[in-house]
Amino acid sequence: MATTETTASGIGPVEGGSVHNVDNPAPLIEAPRKRTKKSPKSTRGNFEMYGWLFMRLSGIVLVVLVLGHLLIQLVLDGGVSKIGFAFVAGRWASPFWQVWDLLMLWLAMLHGANGLRTVINDYAERANTRLWLKGLLYTATVFTILLGTLVIFTFDPNIR
Amino acid sequence: MATPTLEKADAAPEPGFADSPYITVTFRVRRFNPEVSAEAVWEDFQLEIDPKERVLDGLHKIKWDVDGTLTFRRSCAHGICGSDAMRINGKNRLACKTLIKDINPEKPITVEPIKGLTVLKDLVVDMEPFFQAYRDVMPFLITKDTNEPTRERFQTAEDRERFDDTTKCILCAACTSSCPVFWNDGQYFGPAAIVNAHRFIFDSRDEAGEQRLEILNDRDGVWRCRTTFNCTDACPRGIEVTKAIQEVKRALITRRF
Ligand code: HEM
Ligand code: SF4
Ligand code: FES
Repeated sequence: MATTETTASGIGPVEGGSVHNVDNPAPLIEAPRKRTKKSPKSTRGNFEMYGWLFMRLSGIVLVVLVLGHLLIQLVLDGGVSKIGFAFVAGRWASPFWQVWDLLMLWLAMLHGANGLRTVINDYAERANTRLWLKGLLYTATVFTILLGTLVIFTFDPNIR
Repeated sequence: MATPTLEKADAAPEPGFADSPYITVTFRVRRFNPEVSAEAVWEDFQLEIDPKERVLDGLHKIKWDVDGTLTFRRSCAHGICGSDAMRINGKNRLACKTLIKDINPEKPITVEPIKGLTVLKDLVVDMEPFFQAYRDVMPFLITKDTNEPTRERFQTAEDRERFDDTTKCILCAACTSSCPVFWNDGQYFGPAAIVNAHRFIFDSRDEAGEQRLEILNDRDGVWRCRTTFNCTDACPRGIEVTKAIQEVKRALITRRF
């Protein structure tokens, strides 16, 4: 009634030479980072909740800041070709644009960093890989935020 | 099924063949036996089967008539016990609730173990991490010591309705093992544990909602959900799993603010 078509496989007694048998079973492929009895080391505090909220709230603000930024820098008033030292100097003369850029820098960096932290948590399986990737991420984030902030506050239009 | 007619007797050269409901279906089953090989392989089985039968019937046919070594779980065979969740044509379903005619039997039907849990043999996975997450949300009624049961705990119809959807869970793991976050990180509680926490958090008779919310506020709790809706798609009980998770998130946020 039913017929079998076996693909070439290691299953079945026909395939000789397999090193695995009842007494010597192959290792199972364990699922990544399995939950065990010891897993629930409950993390007190609301860090993850604030992180989740921050992604949404900063996202809303970033829509305005980033789209506005792109529009001003790349589309209006002659597009990208107008950008130069003078253009930047002119904009940063106004506290409004200083605050805009500072806010955008901090929000985008923290939003992007927290997003990448999520990505690392989702994809990196080994504890060591996670540690190093996050270390790299946090270092780059802190460096960029500090450098950007420094430039916005200490920018000197008369530099020669 | 074809209805027998008078003319049929002269028309059909082989009586009983032309009106046979049977069709030929290829079952492509992911097989793994650590006592034979370290490799998992696809094995094809050609079956003559009524397309109105279920994938589970096909697996039975294979196990009973073709290859008794095929290993899978099933118990009730009627969508109640939650034993036979598997990945059929790339989607998590219960083999006992999936009709062959509904999943395009012209092409080979692929049957794999659910993902994200260690495969023990063929379609059988180690469910222990799944049940550990379930246990960790304390899926039982908790009341204060001073609230000894001296009479039935009453509840209004509306209060009962509040968590009705999540009472339907049969712990089949179709949702949790369809979640891409869980695939890569088994520390995540997973949708099923959250569904079963939801069942008690929103039960007016239960008094440990706070504790359960705190557990799911964990690093590996609800905040790891990325709203992919895979779980809602997978649930054979039609539970709105993603919605339940969002309700737990909302409860956590409104609790704080
Ligand atoms: C323009 C407005 C933006 C909105 C509305 C927005 C919104 C969001 C939201 C809601 C999430 C969380 C998704 C989740 O939890 O599943 C997210 C994730 C993320 N965002 Fe943004 N974002 C914006 C801009 C940006 C910018 C400018 C960057 C880069 C600096 C960025 C980088 C990321 C990254 C890396 C993730 C994590 C990836 C992921 O979750 O899949 N976003 N964004
Ligand atoms: S929520 Fe649905 S898919 Fe998930 S374990 Fe329960 S019944 Fe299965
Ligand atoms: S065998 Fe019980 S749910 Fe399918």
